[in-house]
Amino acid sequence: MAAAKRPALPVILLANDLLDGDVVFAAGDANGLHWSRDPGAALVGGDDATADRLDAFAAAELGNQQVVDAYLVDVAVEDGVPVPRHYRERMKTTGPSIRRDLGKQAELPLAQAFLRA
Amino acid sequence: MYRYDEFDERFVRERVAQFRDQVGRRLSGSLTEDEFKPLRLKNGVYLQLHAYMLRIAVPYGTLSSKQMRQLALIGERYDRGYGHFTTRTNLQFNWPKLRDIPDILDLLADVEMHAIQTSGNCIRNVTADHFAGVAQDEVEDPRPTAELIRQWSSLHPEFDYLPRKFKIAVTGAEHDRAVIKAHDIGLRILRHPDTHEIGYEVIVGGGLGRTPMIGKVVREFLPKADLLAYLEAIMRVYNLEGRRDNKYKARVKILVHEIGTEEFSRRVEEEFARLDGPSVNADPAEVARIAAYFAPPAYETLPATSGAFEAARAGNPDFARWVETNLTPHRQPGYAALTISLKPIGAPPGDATSEQMRVVADLADEFSLSEIRVTHAQNLVLPHVKLSDLFAVWQRLGEAELATANAGLITDIIACPGLDYCALATARSIPIAQALAQRFADPARQKEIGVLNIKISGCINACGHHHVGHIGILGLEKRGIESYQITLGGDATENAAIGEILGPGLAAEDVPDAIERIVSVYLAQRQAGESFIDNVRRIGLAPFKAAFQDTNREVSHAVA
Repeated sequence: MAAAKRPALPVILLANDLLDGDVVFAAGDANGLHWSRDPGAALVGGDDATADRLDAFAAAELGNQQVVDAYLVDVAVEDGVPVPRHYRERMKTTGPSIRRDLGKQAELPLAQAFLRA
Repeated sequence: MYRYDEFDERFVRERVAQFRDQVGRRLSGSLTEDEFKPLRLKNGVYLQLHAYMLRIAVPYGTLSSKQMRQLALIGERYDRGYGHFTTRTNLQFNWPKLRDIPDILDLLADVEMHAIQTSGNCIRNVTADHFAGVAQDEVEDPRPTAELIRQWSSLHPEFDYLPRKFKIAVTGAEHDRAVIKAHDIGLRILRHPDTHEIGYEVIVGGGLGRTPMIGKVVREFLPKADLLAYLEAIMRVYNLEGRRDNKYKARVKILVHEIGTEEFSRRVEEEFARLDGPSVNADPAEVARIAAYFAPPAYETLPATSGAFEAARAGNPDFARWVETNLTPHRQPGYAALTISLKPIGAPPGDATSEQMRVVADLADEFSLSEIRVTHAQNLVLPHVKLSDLFAVWQRLGEAELATANAGLITDIIACPGLDYCALATARSIPIAQALAQRFADPARQKEIGVLNIKISGCINACGHHHVGHIGILGLEKRGIESYQITLGGDATENAAIGEILGPGLAAEDVPDAIERIVSVYLAQRQAGESFIDNVRRIGLAPFKAAFQDTNREVSHAVA
């Protein structure tokens, strides 16, 4: 993780679950972090200290064989929901744009908020 | 069709057991992701945007009905009820779970299939003309050659760690339907002009991707018996001299380009002369054993025409239109090869549901001697259908939304999965294909336009073959939005050519208008009977560029 330049704040941490491949998001609070499959639950790191915590959690969880491809993503917080600024990561929070019946957009009502025309 | 012998069976089963163990060790933490990644890739397992992806090899695009049913079952049991046929005639599942993949591989092994060498820096699945053994312009069936190469290249110890991936395609016909000039090695089976002996024209250094190149002929005629020794000589030169310091310059096309075709050929010939040919080349008995599996099936002796077929054609315009586009003449009188379009208007190109796979498998059993082909254009083929059965087959296909009459037409679009699934993509491809298919959906208009290949890639790696599309579309990222670059004049056949860029990139919503203008230039300027690509060759790019710039100007005004 150290090699990549940190994206602009605020950020969320996303990854793929090692066993399932499903996209997961670091969620939680000052007391601890865990993985959630719901992008709406992602903890938003608005300052360096939180971003550092997310980075450290990513490194630990990669080592714990829980996730793969964990990285920080810069977001805009819209109506309290963190929406990735880049369309690639927005796609990861929704599912394929050509199959609205698949992926998070189909499983989690909140993920609908991430859809872009 | 080829059947596994004891060695093949054991090899595939052992590989499944090995991968099951590797997954176990990954989950227990004995293997890190860095250690595991090359192992999973060698078994076709990628990590995509939303999930893992499993790429299953369909050797030289030939499938049995039994294999197709097993793919349907896997799609239903372990995926989301559909699969995606690719430009390398493979099948990809988009949603498998890592924990299930060893079980999936076992199910594949049950029907003599696997996902070995569908990724990684090794010799990949060998592809061939999808009308192999059927086409009227064929010198010899390319599949025994492809099968021989499959066996030789599977876990070849010397070529398991190449500088980069390596793709081989074979055709036995005059008309190239296997895009052999855009492969690392392309083989064309031909007759020697003087001796009439059958051998190979050997083409090396073709490829698409970041640096598209048309392959160069390094040997005009190679006797059949020398095939493996000659391939081994090519692979040795590449393995030794191919660049390993820069992955973007590591394909054999770069080596051929940098040292020149003549020097590359010289080195290959030198290595070939040094090799102990007889110890490398296949035993003629083994070659004959393989070839026997591809002997023509037991056709019925039929008249060249069928009254029932002609009557159905005369009485049903929709059927007649489908016959016109989706039928290929067969070398056996009374039979035809039919293309099942996986491009219904508005659907993702190359996708088939498990139900559709079963329909195709059933039809293959009833009407096509249990055989199916996968084409690089992401369609399927029933290779041996009696003319008298065609109407019934067409009706059954129609019930499963598999009877779209567009093979080779403007809506028969190749598109890679693009950013809807792929972790490497820079833009979406499928929505562009859908929008274009809808724009040009009118059957009369498609017929008027005639043969026109649109090929779309969602990144520079060019899985969607955009460089060799008559019209190519490349999706890129430009300042945080998806942008599409249009190329013109590419050709995937024996007249292979790389398309040229028409102008600046366009926003997704402007692509259909731009294509419309390109097509309008063709319709306005074509001579009688002149195809789109012939027209582009004759009149050059200038009129198309001018029309394209008009689109661009209008878009700029609209934005301003």
